Amino acid sequence: MGRVAFITRKIEAMLFFTRWKAAAILIAAFVICLFAVPNFFSESAVQKWPSWAQRHIVLGLDLQGGSSLLLEVDTNAVRKERLQAVDDDVLRVLRQARIPFTGRAIHGNSVEVHITRSTDIDNALGKLRDLSQPLSGILGASGQRSIDVAENGGLITLTPSDAAITERIRQAVDQSIEIIQRRVNELGLVEPTIQREGVDRILVQVPGLQDPTRLKAILGKTAKLDFRMVDLSMSPEQAAATHAPEDSEILEGQNGGKYLVEKRVLVSGADLVDAQPGFDQRTNEPVVNFRFNSNGARRFAEATQQNVGKPFAIVLDNQVVSAPVIREPILGGQGQISGSFTVQQANDLAILLRAGALPAPLTVVEERTVGPGLGQDSILAGEHAAYVGAALVVLFMFVTYGLFGLFANIAVGINVAMIFGVLSMLSATLTLPGIAGIVLTVGIAVDSNVLIYERIREEVRAGRTAINAIDAGFSRALATILDSNITTFIAAAVLFYIGSGPVRGFAVTLGVGILTSLFTAFTLTRLIMAYWVRLWRPRTVPI
Amino acid sequence: MRFRRISFPISAMLSIIAILLYFFHGLNFGIDFIGGTLMEVQTKAGPADLAKMRATIGSLHLGDFSLQQFGAPNDVLIRISEQPGGDQAQQVAVQRVRGALGSQVDYRRVEVVGPSVSTELLSYGTIGLVLAIMAILVYLWFRFEWQFALGAMIANVHDLVLTVGFMSLTRVDFDLTSIAALLTILGYSLNDTVVIYDRIREMLRRYKRLSMPDLLNASVNATLSRSIVTHLTVSLSLLALLLFGGEAIRSFTATMMFGVVLVGTYTSVFIASPILIYLGVGANRRGGAEEPDTPPEAPSTVPSQTPAATPTRRARARR
Repeated sequence: MGRVAFITRKIEAMLFFTRWKAAAILIAAFVICLFAVPNFFSESAVQKWPSWAQRHIVLGLDLQGGSSLLLEVDTNAVRKERLQAVDDDVLRVLRQARIPFTGRAIHGNSVEVHITRSTDIDNALGKLRDLSQPLSGILGASGQRSIDVAENGGLITLTPSDAAITERIRQAVDQSIEIIQRRVNELGLVEPTIQREGVDRILVQVPGLQDPTRLKAILGKTAKLDFRMVDLSMSPEQAAATHAPEDSEILEGQNGGKYLVEKRVLVSGADLVDAQPGFDQRTNEPVVNFRFNSNGARRFAEATQQNVGKPFAIVLDNQVVSAPVIREPILGGQGQISGSFTVQQANDLAILLRAGALPAPLTVVEERTVGPGLGQDSILAGEHAAYVGAALVVLFMFVTYGLFGLFANIAVGINVAMIFGVLSMLSATLTLPGIAGIVLTVGIAVDSNVLIYERIREEVRAGRTAINAIDAGFSRALATILDSNITTFIAAAVLFYIGSGPVRGFAVTLGVGILTSLFTAFTLTRLIMAYWVRLWRPRTVPI
Repeated sequence: MRFRRISFPISAMLSIIAILLYFFHGLNFGIDFIGGTLMEVQTKAGPADLAKMRATIGSLHLGDFSLQQFGAPNDVLIRISEQPGGDQAQQVAVQRVRGALGSQVDYRRVEVVGPSVSTELLSYGTIGLVLAIMAILVYLWFRFEWQFALGAMIANVHDLVLTVGFMSLTRVDFDLTSIAALLTILGYSLNDTVVIYDRIREMLRRYKRLSMPDLLNASVNATLSRSIVTHLTVSLSLLALLLFGGEAIRSFTATMMFGVVLVGTYTSVFIASPILIYLGVGANRRGGAEEPDTPPEAPSTVPSQTPAATPTRRARARR
């Protein structure tokens, strides 16, 4: 009797399910499948549902069409700007302390300055060291400072530390993302996604955008706006031929020509609160009307009061847009930029000024645009391949294994529904390679069943009874199924980690497919078999 | 297992040919890895006039470029090599081509990859492959003995080498999806190898006195029908993708078809299993055909750890 009890328990292990366990399995599978439901309804219908039920699969840009731009923040510009700031600080500090110096210059990654009198060196070092601030790390003070200061025989070298530069780059990317967001929204593009990629990159994806030319033009502008005085001490030609005064520089005009402009900024674009495209009342040409905040308005008023009759330059990204003469003080904090714009140019400039300046220039390093026609074709192709592939596999399994093949097909059907359910839960992106992943999963998912059935066949051949063979087939095959699927899953995981866009979509569906097919093999297929065995009490195995 | 005397030299030779192809024939690297521009355009009126289009783009002096009929007669694939002058220069080139072709065509797909991204993608792809191989090696090492892990690795690197050779020979575009294909082939053909290894391990435990070649033969035979059925279902899926999945993933599915169906099956039977002999698995067995304790044709008798209940007695117990 003891032996009999042992064997019964063993059968319980593989082919017997308690009622609540069977129910739990079915409910779990059913609920996961339910998550796929929102995909079959229109966007507007789904929006009325509770928010947890709204999650659905997002079509990748390769399927719905759209444009994906990878932008890189110019880290060299950030570095240069940081050096320039240190250079300015050195000048200010030494002048304030009245310490004579020579040979102040930027060399490579550091600023060098030679202190003239050796008696001043200690004083100068102390003052310059005050420029360097401690950096805070993740856990409070990191012990690093923003600038490394070194001295050698009167030559003081100030080098911004790598940690400080990295922090600046991080801030620059954060600010850029915010500004890109504003610019893209101003352009009226629908549902853009903007996210950081790596250290210095930003990924901008805009569904439905067919020609990203204008978007690229808008994102490619730094939009750094300054109001500065034109230097009238000599003509630009003279300055180019000889040497420009130290506090001025030669800038090109947007519509040709050269200007000698003071480096000192009267008011900058950061003080703008609004900019709107409009038309000049007299000439009727497109202009941009802008308004300063109170600080900007006050400074602009002061500057224009002092310089009536002189020209000032409106400088955008180091190009002079126009250089009008100040006819009277501008006290209201409002102004107008004219520069023989087209309507579109005035419009874009207003957008740029409203959204603010980028902290550093951006470059497009990768662009992928798919037109809506190709996307639609790809969806159709993917659907066809999926139907044909599924039909072939289902037919083949039925022909090979008969009734058991039917069981396998049921399991695969539920499996595919569950893949869609899980993808919806994750709000995953479905791409064309992703569809390929699902089709491939159908082929691979039946493998679990094949392993089990072949093992059952073997056990039958070895002389076991039907039920006993089924039981043994399951218990032996499951370990193999686990081992063989984990290797493929590792490959999918690595692919997810290194891949981007469409390839990542493939990794997701392949990985999810492996997990759901493991679930169906370990629970659903077994459950179906268990019920079949209980109902039919088979004497022979129909394979 | 006698076939290893034939299959090993054949595989060695094919691998050498594949490596030679890689070095002397090269791979047809796509823009993902060498940078440049790829445009898929569709002419709006009638079939595309390739000669005229070629002249239009040629007049822009953008260096190497190629035009290719792609699917339907009005679909054209334009490839423009990477422009000198960094990431910005690529953008300028695209703008000029768009300007030159104007509105006579629909731009179905435009992809521009700058030099800074392409070098990264290539190194990411390579790192990914190596990482996957290492991760799987470690997993197999934990689950089996080290000889099995090493054997599986040799067998599957052999798969990858042959697949790369195939890609070189057929000049399929080698891009990011190719890396995806290679990784899937790796995962999938390992799947097959692991199934056989699982059986070999089981047999090693059960038949202590069976000679190694006989044991391997029995293991391969026992799993053969499963291998055939599974490969057929996967082939059917891939066939559907190849025929109906569209141009965009054709090179991807073709590569998978070669790697999974042709190479994967061959490798697990003819390379992965016999290599265990060379790696010294079961070297301390008695070997030879003297007194095998059970005929390998009936491998699965009642396991020794269960009580000696025969199937008939068990069945009686149920009633």
